Amino acid sequence: MNFTLNVWRQKNGQSSGQFVTYQAKDISPDASFLEMLDVVNNEMEAKGEEPIAFDHDCREGICGTCGIAINGRPHGPRNAVTTCQLYMRNFRDGDTLTLEPWRAQAFPVVRDLVVDRSAFDKIIQAGGFISINTGNAPDANGLPVPKDDAERAMDAAACIGCGACVAACKNASAMLFVSAKVSHLALLPQGQPESRKRVKSMVQTMDEAGFGNCTNTGACEAECPKSISLDNIARLNREFLLSKLFG
Amino acid sequence: MQLDSKIPPGPIQQKWDQHRFNMKLVNPANKRKYTILVVGTGLAGASAAATLAELGYNVHTFCYQDSPRRAHSIAAQGGINAAKNYQNDGDSVWRLFYDTVKGGEWRGREANIHRLAEISVNIIDQCVAQGVPFAREYGGLLANRSFGGALVSRTFYARGQTGQQLLLGAYQALMRQVAAGKVKSHTRHEMLDVVVADGHARGIITRDMVSGKVERWLGDAVLLCTGGYGNLFYLSTNAKGCNVSAIWRAYKRGACMANPCYTQIHPTCIPVSGDYQSKLTLMSESLRNDGRVWVPKQAGDKRPANQIPDAERDYYLERKYPTYGNLAPRDISSRAAKEQCDAGRGVGPGGRGVYLDFRDALKTQGRKKLEEKYKELFEMYHNITNEDGYEQPMRIYPAVHYTMGGLWVDYHLQSTIPGCFVLGEANFSDHGANRLGASALMQGLADGYFIIPYTLGHYLTSAKPGKIDTEHAAFKDAESNVVGMNKKLLSIKGKRTVDSFHKELGLLMWEHCGMARNEKGLNELLQKVPALREEFWQNVNVPGSDADLNQALERAGRVADFLEFGELTARDALERRESCGGHFREEFQTPEGECQRDDENFCHVAAWEYQGEGQKPLRNIEKLEFEHVPLSVRSYK
Repeated sequence: MNFTLNVWRQKNGQSSGQFVTYQAKDISPDASFLEMLDVVNNEMEAKGEEPIAFDHDCREGICGTCGIAINGRPHGPRNAVTTCQLYMRNFRDGDTLTLEPWRAQAFPVVRDLVVDRSAFDKIIQAGGFISINTGNAPDANGLPVPKDDAERAMDAAACIGCGACVAACKNASAMLFVSAKVSHLALLPQGQPESRKRVKSMVQTMDEAGFGNCTNTGACEAECPKSISLDNIARLNREFLLSKLFG
Repeated sequence: MQLDSKIPPGPIQQKWDQHRFNMKLVNPANKRKYTILVVGTGLAGASAAATLAELGYNVHTFCYQDSPRRAHSIAAQGGINAAKNYQNDGDSVWRLFYDTVKGGEWRGREANIHRLAEISVNIIDQCVAQGVPFAREYGGLLANRSFGGALVSRTFYARGQTGQQLLLGAYQALMRQVAAGKVKSHTRHEMLDVVVADGHARGIITRDMVSGKVERWLGDAVLLCTGGYGNLFYLSTNAKGCNVSAIWRAYKRGACMANPCYTQIHPTCIPVSGDYQSKLTLMSESLRNDGRVWVPKQAGDKRPANQIPDAERDYYLERKYPTYGNLAPRDISSRAAKEQCDAGRGVGPGGRGVYLDFRDALKTQGRKKLEEKYKELFEMYHNITNEDGYEQPMRIYPAVHYTMGGLWVDYHLQSTIPGCFVLGEANFSDHGANRLGASALMQGLADGYFIIPYTLGHYLTSAKPGKIDTEHAAFKDAESNVVGMNKKLLSIKGKRTVDSFHKELGLLMWEHCGMARNEKGLNELLQKVPALREEFWQNVNVPGSDADLNQALERAGRVADFLEFGELTARDALERRESCGGHFREEFQTPEGECQRDDENFCHVAAWEYQGEGQKPLRNIEKLEFEHVPLSVRSYK
């Protein structure tokens, strides 16, 4: 298969960027999207040109490192997969593909398709944890958790922190990311003691980091590679309200 | 070098307890005076860093990823073992200890393994308290499943994402300490050298992967938690960034490298599809609880799987190992798959694959039940291969997955460089020649949460390394070493890409030092790998500069190290004239094709000591004693 790629090239955070066109030739339909980029990069490297910088690591859809907006859609045209889990058979021979980094004020571009997502770490630092020092834990079966609660907590905890929700949102809001962590911990009895404090602190840090507001358009859920549900945002709002009223 | 394993005296059940009492403690008020450098933020690194910070130490963490949460522990699917015996099916600390010694084919240290089994129960408690959403039964208590190499259900899991959830638990504990000001997290920083001053590890040199800045970090101890070296083979289930560089550069500063030839080939991976392939994807071993492995009896049978009647199928694992069947350990299952494919009975493109069939499980349990257990795995398989595992059997083939070898450490997890500790997959200690499923997460967290907090304190109070600063000659030397290497890589401007060298090395290693090895092939490697390394340093083309984000330069440094490490691995495999676990020498096998150990001559750890550029490394030996699980034939029949 052959493809035309319009790729965002930007030397660093200080310089301005532009689209550059490349040809990807003789690509196997069974190659992954990132393997297609490897082929293009290897041709460039052999000629001494600087390859397209992009973030990736596990290449099995779990580490959350990769993330390219392909033809305007974070992680490309398929639902519920990361960029690394796209295969070229998901595209048509001869397609023109536009590759951009996540676009959000809170995610500054580092180089080409690589952005800085450290704002997500800051949000977790603000309260996305249960305060328990190593060694303090009681027996694991001492605190039964209803299976349904555990399942719902797991649904929320499946977030990989890739940032596609932010890139998909017209307001560059991080509500889906924040709500996934708030929900995961709020749904479990272990998370209760700190739940009021946690939600306030995480929301405040999210605002300070420059993420926008949520206007309930649902683009985040549609583009989330792990299908994190909008229900979590509803739960976040409820938790937030409770913390304001009673916290 | 005389290797002192520092195994404490006394009955094995009391060694760790007694030793924790005997080790010196750091006064709580003094802990804040110590700075600990933790390299790598996977399960071992994140759990160690968080716990040490909770105790009061000042901690710096370093990772090459853009966030500590992305370390490759996150990709572990199946589960984590613990001797809780919640199922009342006969499990105990002793049984987990026994299974692990036997699973490692009597090539691990008894005392370490018993400690690991003891600690396993605390890990589950800790993780549940952190909010790890483990699978549960309807009564609200924790669920378990079985894994390869065990006859009890002791594996705790969070769907097919156990590693992710455990790592997020450790990461969140780490972030809590960042917020408390006790940990400084340095992301997109790659460690490129260990600084050894006056005989003690006192710092590291890193490269900021965004600005290119090379920096010196002073500490009272260095913890290497940098994972395994599976990417030596180019294709593996490891993340693309996983590398040997941190432990290799420590090796060149005096840390011994133990048993590099012990590499684990995982039996249930998705087969290779083409030469563009950049990595292999694992399908969790838990699938073997319900999937049955088979090949057509007739070599070259091209019929679709569903049209081959039962009488013409060979369920070879069930036939050869009736007790364990499809849950035979990884090394044994992998070799059995290779044997079938070598005999021409393999399936799929190139005949390098065997079937993993859920037909019978679908009949007895129904699709819904299977979806509950393995939904993501079936989806992942479908997405990658474009085949539906519910409709036709999956095709699987072994792939490099884990490395049991690593830097040699004593009972305190200290390498042969005082003050340089090695945790998790990066060390060699607990799995012997083969690791059992769901034991990697257990070991990483045991090392980080429950072992290093004790042994590190003992080192800090007894070693008392002198006062130095980053102007010490050792820092200057290490820094110029790093800068010089990067400049050299950028100046070659040859004709080949970094990847082309890595692929060629990987193919060589897979061919001659993969699932089966022999003297001729290993000797060939000892010629070909150095020749490839020489060509690399003449003919590689690394574009760009060292003053900004340069992914080609990052890869070049790692491949340069693999090109050295590959030679040592081959040498280790050549010298170990026996077969055990992940190391199968064709010359040493039983008439049935199983491993033929040589306990008389090889019941030891081989710890290689660097002797300088171009010099043959020295092979040191730590003899292994088995008092509690007597040496015997490892049978799963």
